[in-house]
Amino acid sequence: MAEKKVVIYSTPTCPYCKRAKDYLTQKGISYTDYDVAKDRDKAKEMIDKSKQMGVPVIIIDGEVVVGFNQAKLDSLLS
Amino acid sequence: MYELMIIGGGPAGIAAAVYAARKQLKTLLLTVDIGGQINNTWGIENYLGYQFIEGPELINKFQTQMGQFPIDQKIGEKVSQLKKIKKDFEAITEAGNEYQARVVIFTTGKNPRKLGVPGEKELTGRGVTYCAICDGPVFAGQKVAVVGGGNSALEAALDMVKIAEHVDLVSLTKLTGDPVLIGRLSGAKNLNTYIEYQTEEIKGKDLVAGVVIKDIKSGEKKTLKVTGVFIEVGLVPNSSAVKELIKLNKWGEVPVSCACETTMPGLYAAGDVTDVPEKQIIVAAGEGAKAALQANRYLQRLAA
Repeated sequence: MAEKKVVIYSTPTCPYCKRAKDYLTQKGISYTDYDVAKDRDKAKEMIDKSKQMGVPVIIIDGEVVVGFNQAKLDSLLS
Repeated sequence: MYELMIIGGGPAGIAAAVYAARKQLKTLLLTVDIGGQINNTWGIENYLGYQFIEGPELINKFQTQMGQFPIDQKIGEKVSQLKKIKKDFEAITEAGNEYQARVVIFTTGKNPRKLGVPGEKELTGRGVTYCAICDGPVFAGQKVAVVGGGNSALEAALDMVKIAEHVDLVSLTKLTGDPVLIGRLSGAKNLNTYIEYQTEEIKGKDLVAGVVIKDIKSGEKKTLKVTGVFIEVGLVPNSSAVKELIKLNKWGEVPVSCACETTMPGLYAAGDVTDVPEKQIIVAAGEGAKAALQANRYLQRLAA
């Protein structure tokens, strides 16, 4: 099975972002993390892709998940 | 049919689950998420055993401990209604699922109060946020408003004056937060404070463009040109699922005895959703444990 491309847009003090990253790590999924507090271009990219400004935004093979929605992440990762 | 159903997986629910599992009760945990309000908390310095621990890390520890026990967990399920069916209980979720148990512990906690003004719902996530800790940095360099006058609003304003271009703090009443925080804000050069102003409307098409506020004394209205609005106006109990079963108090909380009993036999409640006078993680955990032990005694009496 091909490895899924996982990207997360987060901020350093966001508790839900940390839980999402811990969850992905626990499941053995590697991901790219963009800190939108530091990187304004990535912040704009996140807003364009998710049509909103809340973090975290997790994109799995192009599917956008807003917030740490464990059930939706499970279904996209299986 | 489960022996025990716990509705809500924050510290109260998780403590109840651990205690129930150790009494070998067949237990179901039904919850929207694990951790509840701790998910919105960054630094915790008053939970025993930890000088300082981050919210997510504490939740991980709770979750790992609970995971050692044979508890059925349905995460992502929101209970819309709890019913009494003869001597037992049935929980109906928003997804349309039904779960039955002999005893219930209700630990659904609280969630942020909404202002209830036009534009708020449509622009949530598009400039309107209830979690300054999470989303604050996204608004760096922008002009933002913080609505509220308590500690949460003051802390949000303190965080944002450091990174935003400008902050407008709008409070319906005189500020009610700690004097220490009010003092820290008084030095900020990029802050305007509007005391006794009501927030009337949040304007914007796809993203927030402004907030209309009204001076409650003079009636004069003003539009603040901001692109972010942090709403920190308190918390409301998530008690709607039981409002047909028991009488809630005037704040919508579930009244409980010191044994965590509600007025309905077999229905227990614990934590922030109840009228327990102090809303703290450590209190919720203690109440959850108490509720589980009481629920166990109730089941033993039923069996006798």
